[in-house]
Amino acid sequence: MATEHSRTAARLMVSPAVILLFLWMIVPLAMTVYFSFLRYNLLNPGMESWAGFSNYTYFLKQAAFWDALWNTLTLVVGVLIITVVGGIALALLLDQPFFGQGIVRVMVIAPFFVMPTVSALVWKNMFMNPVNGMFAHIAKFFGLQPFDFLSHAPLASIIVIVAWSWLPFATLILLTALQSLDREQMEAAEMDGANWINRFIYLTLPHLTRSITVVILIQTIFLLSVFAEILVTTNGGPGTASTNLPYLVYAQSLLNFDVGGGSAGGIIAVILANIVAIFLMRMIGKNLEA
Amino acid sequence: MGQITLSSVTKVFGDVTVIPPLDLTINDGEFVVFVGPSGCGKSTLLRLIAGLEDTSSGKILIDGQDATDAAPAKRGLAMVFQSYALYPHMSVRKNIAFPLKMAGASVEEQNRKVENAARILNLSSYLERRPGQLSGGQRQRVAIGRAIVREPAAFLFDEPLSNLDAALRVTMRQEISELHQNLKTTMIYVTHDQVEAMTMADKIVVLNAGRIEQVGSPLELYRNPQNLFVAGFIGSPKMNFITGAEAAKHDCATLGVRPEHLDVVEGGPWQGVVGIAEHLGSDTFLRVHVEGIGDLTVRVSGEMGLHHGDRVSLAPQAGKLYRFDANGKAIA
Ligand SMILES: Nc1ncnc2c1ncn2[C@@H]1O[C@H](COP(=O)(O)OP(=O)(O)O)[C@@H](O)[C@H]1O
Ligand SMILES: [Mg+2]
Repeated sequence: MATEHSRTAARLMVSPAVILLFLWMIVPLAMTVYFSFLRYNLLNPGMESWAGFSNYTYFLKQAAFWDALWNTLTLVVGVLIITVVGGIALALLLDQPFFGQGIVRVMVIAPFFVMPTVSALVWKNMFMNPVNGMFAHIAKFFGLQPFDFLSHAPLASIIVIVAWSWLPFATLILLTALQSLDREQMEAAEMDGANWINRFIYLTLPHLTRSITVVILIQTIFLLSVFAEILVTTNGGPGTASTNLPYLVYAQSLLNFDVGGGSAGGIIAVILANIVAIFLMRMIGKNLEA
Repeated sequence: MGQITLSSVTKVFGDVTVIPPLDLTINDGEFVVFVGPSGCGKSTLLRLIAGLEDTSSGKILIDGQDATDAAPAKRGLAMVFQSYALYPHMSVRKNIAFPLKMAGASVEEQNRKVENAARILNLSSYLERRPGQLSGGQRQRVAIGRAIVREPAAFLFDEPLSNLDAALRVTMRQEISELHQNLKTTMIYVTHDQVEAMTMADKIVVLNAGRIEQVGSPLELYRNPQNLFVAGFIGSPKMNFITGAEAAKHDCATLGVRPEHLDVVEGGPWQGVVGIAEHLGSDTFLRVHVEGIGDLTVRVSGEMGLHHGDRVSLAPQAGKLYRFDANGKAIA
């Protein structure tokens, strides 16, 4: 696409798709912004009136907002730490030649294909249930009191559930990166007297930074909007102990029927997500440059 | 010190024997070149010496010490890889300093040795660059620098010049030779290029399918190849091999004559037609179809006004014919 002519043609050709995508994004966003300035409750349909910024001030002033904000960040950071550290460890293991490598690799990827609702239900009922769950059985076997994970450590439990489903993604990306690590570099380092810890710190980890960055950026986008796992396990509780921003918006608009307040919450969540994105790109985005 | 002895060393991958039992002694300070066609096991042999592969059987002695099971870092050898294997995330300085850092040297000592190596290798102005920002020849020098600072008992080079262009190859070849003159450290150099072997080596080891065909100085191998393989491998252009009736006349299965030992003369014994003539200025290479013998390559020094289709007669120089028996062994 070198000539002026071909560039113009190219612009013309892609414009329908670009316009469609733009509308796709802008219409719901504009409507949400519009609703967020209305007093709009589903219990009183047809009574909408201009509310100014009151929805925003109300949303920001409730105690639940700060809890939700804190929970959202804890969830994101917690899952990121587990998946990145666990992903590196698993990738290092899977990179070793061993019998049945192919099957084990497929099995490691499997959790990624399980729907969030399903995986959360499995964890809730089969592992973490204080009466019938496997952890309860294990605890009883050792003569310990079963721990009710979802009531006493709800956020930590959700972090574990979400991390479990994202670990394969991180592992896979990091494994591909590991496999592209030059074998001769490793051998050179070995001859230079570097033990495996030094080889990991000075060769493997720098080689992986770009992939780790990709994992962090992609996962952050999805982890900011974790919802299904919370809905089917704790419903955001007890209290607000496991309520994150998406769940708070849901509770506001569909449990309290307050569309205006929910929309304001949604816009606030969008703004916060963008702040996080900008912050992340500033911090680690340079790793993506060549 | 850097004397390396291999005794009955073998290497088996799965059920493929890459190195059959092999004995070799490399003396301190020698520049030894392993030469042979691709896939003959040169790299494997070098990696066995380096400790990057385990021997299947046999012993490796370094300065009289059994190093067969010693870790690569403990053998006191430094290797320069074909791909250079520089650490891409580190500056040139850090690359060269890496072995010193791993050995726990102080920062002052690291800097002193790195700067000394950089001066020897003309790298002083590139120390803060990353390997990705260097040319092929400079990367090669960094790899050598990283080997030098360790002050190893011996250097191992695995086809270090094969990624460079022809002109640079000649320069680097001379630099490595000069380095050997200055350091006087044992060097083992692997190449498939017989020109590199001839120009650099004190001692050439010709390998074929993991077996040592002959060991000797470049001129020994050139003058007295012990078999057909060595005769065909050493020397450029390749030695001409003549079989059949003409060989039988000389009481041998194969008669060998080097292109530079054939003269274009009036009334020579072999008559033929020039197929192609390559004019290099300094030399002319002729490919001559000789009746009853086949194609012979002839090297004539200087310019020679011969072209495709010209009839010539050739005569081998006296005493420069090589005779081989049916097993390919040289007949003395
Ligand atoms: N790790 C390995 N596993 C199996 N076969 C190998 C391995 N390394 C080398 N080989 C085989 O050993 C032979 C010699 O290889 P190599 O030493 O690399 O040859 P060269 O360096 O002379 O070209 C080749 O046939 C190659 O396929
Ligand atoms: Mg090789």
